[in-house]
Amino acid sequence: MEPIIEFKDFSFKYRAQKEPTLRNINLSIMSGEKVLIVGPSGSGKSTLAHCINGLVPFSWSGEITGSLRIAGKNPADLGLFGLSKIVGTVLQDTDGQFIGLTVAEDIAFALENDMTPQEEMFRKVNEVAEMVDVKGLLDHAPRELSGGQKQRVSMAGVMVDDVKILLFDEPLANLDPATGKRAIAMIDQIREKRNTTIVIIEHRLEDALYRDVDRIIVVGDGRIVTDTTPDELLCGDILNRQGIREPLYVTAIKHAGGKISPKDKPQHIESMHLEPYAQKVREWFDRTEAKKPKADTPSVLKVEDLYFSYVEGRPILQHIHFDIHKGEMVSIVGKNGAGKSTLSNLICGFYEPTRGRILLNGQDMAPLSIKERGEKIGLVMQSPNQMISKPMIFEEVALGLQVRGVSQEEIGERVNETLKICGLYPFRNWPVSALSFGQKKRVSIASILVMKPEVLILDEPTAGQDYRHYTEIMEFLKEINENSGITIIMITHDMHLMLEYTDRAIVIADGHLIADDTPAKVLTNETIADKAYLKKTSLYDLALDCQIEDPSEFVERFIAYEREKRGKEDQGNG
Amino acid sequence: MAKILSYEEKDTWIHRLSGVTKLIFFLLWCLTSMLTYDTRVLVVMLIFSLVVFKISKTRWSQVGAVFKLVMVFLAFNVFAIYLFSPDQGTAIYGTRTVLFHIAGRYDVTLEQLFYELNVVIKYFTIIPAVFMFLVTTNPSEFAASMNKVGISYNVGYAISIALRYIPDVQSEFTKIKHAQEARGIEMSGKASFINRIKNTAAIIFPLIFSSMDRIDVVSNAMELRGYGKHKKRTWYMEKKLLRNDYLTIGFTMLFTAAALLITFADGSRFYNPFV
Amino acid sequence: MKFKFGIKEVVAIGIGTALFVALTEIQIPTPIPNTYLQPRMAVMAFLAAVFGPVVGGVVGILGHALGDAMFYGSVWWSWVFPDGLVGLVIGLFAAKYAVKEGGFTSTKAIVLFNVVQVAVNAAAWMLLAPALDILIYAEPMEKLLSQGAAAFLGNILIIGILGTLLCAGYSKIGAKSSSLTKED
Ligand SMILES: Nc1ncnc2c1ncn2[C@@H]1O[C@H](COP(=O)(O)OP(=O)(O)OP(=O)(O)O)[C@@H](O)[C@H]1O
Ligand SMILES: Nc1ncnc2c1ncn2[C@@H]1O[C@H](COP(=O)(O)OP(=O)(O)OP(=O)(O)O)[C@@H](O)[C@H]1O
Ligand SMILES: [Mg+2]
Ligand SMILES: [Mg+2]
Repeated sequence: MEPIIEFKDFSFKYRAQKEPTLRNINLSIMSGEKVLIVGPSGSGKSTLAHCINGLVPFSWSGEITGSLRIAGKNPADLGLFGLSKIVGTVLQDTDGQFIGLTVAEDIAFALENDMTPQEEMFRKVNEVAEMVDVKGLLDHAPRELSGGQKQRVSMAGVMVDDVKILLFDEPLANLDPATGKRAIAMIDQIREKRNTTIVIIEHRLEDALYRDVDRIIVVGDGRIVTDTTPDELLCGDILNRQGIREPLYVTAIKHAGGKISPKDKPQHIESMHLEPYAQKVREWFDRTEAKKPKADTPSVLKVEDLYFSYVEGRPILQHIHFDIHKGEMVSIVGKNGAGKSTLSNLICGFYEPTRGRILLNGQDMAPLSIKERGEKIGLVMQSPNQMISKPMIFEEVALGLQVRGVSQEEIGERVNETLKICGLYPFRNWPVSALSFGQKKRVSIASILVMKPEVLILDEPTAGQDYRHYTEIMEFLKEINENSGITIIMITHDMHLMLEYTDRAIVIADGHLIADDTPAKVLTNETIADKAYLKKTSLYDLALDCQIEDPSEFVERFIAYEREKRGKEDQGNG
Repeated sequence: MAKILSYEEKDTWIHRLSGVTKLIFFLLWCLTSMLTYDTRVLVVMLIFSLVVFKISKTRWSQVGAVFKLVMVFLAFNVFAIYLFSPDQGTAIYGTRTVLFHIAGRYDVTLEQLFYELNVVIKYFTIIPAVFMFLVTTNPSEFAASMNKVGISYNVGYAISIALRYIPDVQSEFTKIKHAQEARGIEMSGKASFINRIKNTAAIIFPLIFSSMDRIDVVSNAMELRGYGKHKKRTWYMEKKLLRNDYLTIGFTMLFTAAALLITFADGSRFYNPFV
Repeated sequence: MKFKFGIKEVVAIGIGTALFVALTEIQIPTPIPNTYLQPRMAVMAFLAAVFGPVVGGVVGILGHALGDAMFYGSVWWSWVFPDGLVGLVIGLFAAKYAVKEGGFTSTKAIVLFNVVQVAVNAAAWMLLAPALDILIYAEPMEKLLSQGAAAFLGNILIIGILGTLLCAGYSKIGAKSSSLTKED
């Protein structure tokens, strides 16, 4: 049988680019296959996807060489509409995908264009709304949705019509762990029901592997690095070399000195044969020790009995109270729509709390203007689009310093330094519009980092980031946190990020603060984890399967070990 | 940003009317009240629109803020007219009945008062219609119904995109403003003229540039989901035209015709009680 | 001059109108008495210059009507259409400015843009608006002319400054082809 997607020596160069973004791609995907595409941020994954759904070249013009066939036809002949009958896409930027005035209309959009009778639309919309669990939101306007809720709606939007190929560009980026799991399971259902060909682009490899995939394709700098089965891939070291995070349990076993072999099915921790490695892991566990806890410091940010609602009678946050100490690294976690971003906006004074106080260094911030707060507190918003205000990258990052009247040469220095840390230095003279999503997000982080605020709040800093950049940014944060005592608050859905970098987790569920404790404890507490849609990392399962009685301790040691290892490597490099 | 007039779900027969019906009513109503200066017609229209407004169960809180604005604007306008030509009334009605003298060329004449009264009534015939139209018309259903009466769905969709994005742009504006302030750009009201322009530009630029990107993304997303695939499309929010719709449209047309006839019967658009 | 009308134009009208309406309440008072600068005019001029006459004209009319209605609860029709005219005429020369293609950095384009906008603003606010006002509202000439003059002044100012800047800025980033390379 012939492949449904077939690239032959395919290259593509964006009009604006000097170098091609995709270089002689050879790739064929069979009908009904489920393929996962991974690769560093900016490596060309979305571009590859756009070639399949026709946005390249119909919307992003450029030079194509080589050939591409979708369902045996040439995209050029099919045109966007022809393709839209075959390929359904969930774009990476969910803000843009939301077209309808309400959730229901947006889900129905494709059906409307296909002239589906109204009754049938009602039926189908309810059906998929059920599937992705947005039934309660059907009459909501897009602006009333949280990042993750939007993403689910846009999933529903493509699932309503029967396409041969479903294309997901980082479907998990903004989803909380439990919802992410469900999303992956959902995608699997669709495939079984309709035998759709599925192409998923995702940085969160481990989460994406929650259900079987047939093949993983690793894209590196516009080329296909490998194209193999998950089991094979996890045994090699390509992922590391490409700077993509392997599943944690795999890393742990490798740390322990285990040589994983494909026949042990490392694709899922549940189904993997661990016997051959258990011994090694236990020994390794005994060898390594955890990092020591921090000493106590004075309070820097205190929230007292905070209440807030956007619209009368629909409280978003209720009785929130916590106390963050100087130099702490704290994470705020909780399911989509819990009110995390809202909380960060309240701290920065974008909205007035209905009740309660927020104190900075013991002083009530109520009288302070946004600008005054901004001098102490830096916020990196969830969506880069709202932050980026200059057309060119360098100007954007320099903006904050300029208005503070910093001297030109110092600006130059600090900006370039920050751009290097965020891996953007090579692009410093580019327009923002020519960046990939992850790169944009990094620009917004850089523009705040550069100002070295006293308290730094990052709303999902690692969403859409690959492991290498993610570690670079996080290590830098850790560094400024330890050296210059900057307090860092991270809103995140990445459980391992929480465990690895933060000393404390504040858990919010449905507007209530339900826990304020060490990440490890939070995760091991079933009731909290379930309520807040959190999820244990695979390290716990590994520990248990290897008969290690204290899984949290195992995680602690794993993290300590990795940091040490990284430290060594850095010295090695220079 | 300021609260604007917007649709609110309610169940009155006016809400149940189709969007086009209300549009037709709204446009013809405006046309009539624009053309006529016939006090009798204006008064009838005034009473009628107040009644309709009542039926639509619109609460004061929905429109109060905006209403105050209109009043200010109206007062200013009435005053300006007098300032610029205190004898407009005479010019129109021919006679000149001075009530009392203020200063210079400024007499207060009965004609002037009557003329300005008409201007005021004109306003009051429009305002309830506008309010009614905005707060009782479901935007999505509106786009759908426009298409139903044969207007290209591109027009309908352009409008519904506009309505879809007005709140977004507003909150985008606020968010950008916040982001800018947080990064140290002063947005306070009492800046110099040049700085005001600078500050506004500091928000407008990102707003425009992100909007330009959005135009790309949205039109891509729409194309990817098959928008414009066929000559026709169906609408999730569609509502059939019912008896009430046809009645309303019919009535509106008759009324307009009648009103204009009465107005221009005597060859002048003004009703002149002075001769 | 190409007047293509595809999905992009539909979306441009939609989002353009949204911008225009949302910016209605942003008004910058000037040293000149009761004259305000309306940034929304600059935005419309920009959209017209990029997307052409249809988008410009419709955004002007639809935006002004909706904006007035939503913010001021009444539609001042005699000022709606002049706005449309401004957008339409500025848009007629879209191909000449070549904003997207990075052409608006040339003095020639900038001069053309401003000549056009001043001319059409004059026509719109000194002739069309007062004419309609008299037709529709039978208001005194003097009042209308001074109103028109104020509007004319305000609009040529804001379009001249902000509008030009917007076009130039957008032209700058409308990345010239094959220009981007990673530098170290
Ligand atoms: N419209 C565009 N014009 C010019 N260059 C572009 C454009 N879009 C993307 N690029 C460039 O192509 C490269 C790949 O972009 P792409 O979005 O495919 O990366 P990605 O692998 O999806 O990254 P991420 O994981 O961050 O989304 C980037 O270096 C980016 O600079
Ligand atoms: N501007 C707004 N107006 C009305 N409701 C809003 C607004 N913004 C957010 N909401 C609602 O407030 C709730 C919290 O939103 P928020 O963005 O804070 O969630 P979140 O915890 O950041 O979720 P996520 O992890 O998906 O980003 C959501 O249910 C959302 O529907
Ligand atoms: Mg991408
Ligand atoms: Mg959020």
